[in-house]
Amino acid sequence: MHRVYKHFGPDQPALAGVDLAVTHGEIFGIIGRSGAGKSTLVRLLNGLERADSGTVIVDGVDMADVSGSALRTLRRRVQMIFQNFGLLSSRTVAQNVALPLRIAGADLAGIDGRVADLLHRVGLIDYAGKYPSQLSGGQKQRVGIARALATAPDILLCDEATSALDPETTASILALIADLNRELGLTIIVITHEMDVVRQLCDRVAVLHNGRVVESGLVSDIFFTPAAQETRALLTDAGADGAMGIAFPGRVVHLALEGEALAEPVLTRIARATGVDFTILASRIGHFRAGSVGQFTLGLSGGDQDAALAALADQGRVRE
Amino acid sequence: MTGVSGNLYWSEISRASLETLAMLGGSLALTILFGLPLGILLFLTSPGQPWASRAASGLLGFAVNLLRAVPFIILLIVMIPLTVLLVGTSLGVLGAIPPLVVGAAPFFARLVETALREVDRSTVQAVQAMGATTRELVLLALLPEALPGIVAGITITAITLVSFTAMAGVVGAGGLGDLAIRFGYQRFQTDVMIVTVVLLLLLVQCLQMMGDRLVRYFSHR
Repeated sequence: MHRVYKHFGPDQPALAGVDLAVTHGEIFGIIGRSGAGKSTLVRLLNGLERADSGTVIVDGVDMADVSGSALRTLRRRVQMIFQNFGLLSSRTVAQNVALPLRIAGADLAGIDGRVADLLHRVGLIDYAGKYPSQLSGGQKQRVGIARALATAPDILLCDEATSALDPETTASILALIADLNRELGLTIIVITHEMDVVRQLCDRVAVLHNGRVVESGLVSDIFFTPAAQETRALLTDAGADGAMGIAFPGRVVHLALEGEALAEPVLTRIARATGVDFTILASRIGHFRAGSVGQFTLGLSGGDQDAALAALADQGRVRE
Repeated sequence: MTGVSGNLYWSEISRASLETLAMLGGSLALTILFGLPLGILLFLTSPGQPWASRAASGLLGFAVNLLRAVPFIILLIVMIPLTVLLVGTSLGVLGAIPPLVVGAAPFFARLVETALREVDRSTVQAVQAMGATTRELVLLALLPEALPGIVAGITITAITLVSFTAMAGVVGAGGLGDLAIRFGYQRFQTDVMIVTVVLLLLLVQCLQMMGDRLVRYFSHR
């Protein structure tokens, strides 16, 4: 659906040769510390920033080719929400939500109804006449979301959308974003520095460090078997690196089990059949957007280890 | 003739007051008319803004700084030929308005630029990300968001213009400043001096109060 490649020259260290492809309808996370280039990256997708070299393709459109009114039309399909919400303090909630419709030249008669629908969708219909300064942070972000949805975009960019919110409010905003993805089929790109946001919300994630993607893949894989040192550091910050194993003299495998396999005595059954002894070096159950995933780091000793690995691979995902 | 109230010709004073108000009203309206677009241009051509241009911003900035660097009393005199060309006279209320506008508009433009700069950056980006043109950005977002700041700038400019009008009295503009110099200072009529200063103080006080009230009215922060 849209494929994003961008390469920046060596004189522009914000992004240095980033390759990413985001699939239609997924929630894709981009995580990194401040200064990693996340905000620059996401701003390439709506033309707020331009790549020095390389290509950025959004929804089939090469961003290098669009400017003027074509760019403005594209921006209506790629909306964005912000860390500090970006609401206009001089306009009421309803007027804020109506703004993109007015800019898009929507029929004035239809705007009120559309705004009411959108405010209903985010649960703020009673606040239509209030000014942003009268709202809480979570309510402001809901207005931001309603406003972003006004032009019925295909892609929603979330730039640290929950970083200014408390944990409870963050959870409710993340739930709302996940609902939108499910109900409207929105492709959502989430920029964050918080691993927890990625865990709750994203299907896949890319870890950005100093303008480079150091690792990318399924969220559950990256949580359990982070390959890059930067990823491990982020996980440590989030208190989520319990999966770091203890040293083991034999063969070590990482196993991820999902769904029914989690409720079955998988290990003992395979141990009995193959004669392999499993030592659990690390284990945890992670709750991800896709569901719960049990993740284990196992030490293998004795028996027919190749057969054991094959049997494990039947039940879940195995990495050595 | 030298009695405490003997120097006070109330008809003179009321005429001078009206002249001051006329000079203030006329020059303030024109100052906003020229200064507001100039301030918007200063902002839009500065680095990182939609019309960012080093050349344009440097040129505008230099012109503004030049006019602001010239002391107003000098500007009054230097401008006489241009004033005559524009309004046909360099005297009276009409003759005072061109130098007042030239003196105040660059000052007001800088205040507008500052007010626009105060608008939250993510708000500007949000409106740009909606697909707004620069014109829509200015009219729908920047000006409404900066309105309290701009109104505060108008208040400051109006009060600066009050003191400018008093100075314009020196070159025959009339008004309260003229009265204060000709009677209060040159003829040692202290009572005239006191009355004019009190009237000017009242004017400044009223302007500030009105301005503050408007800022509160427009501010929803």
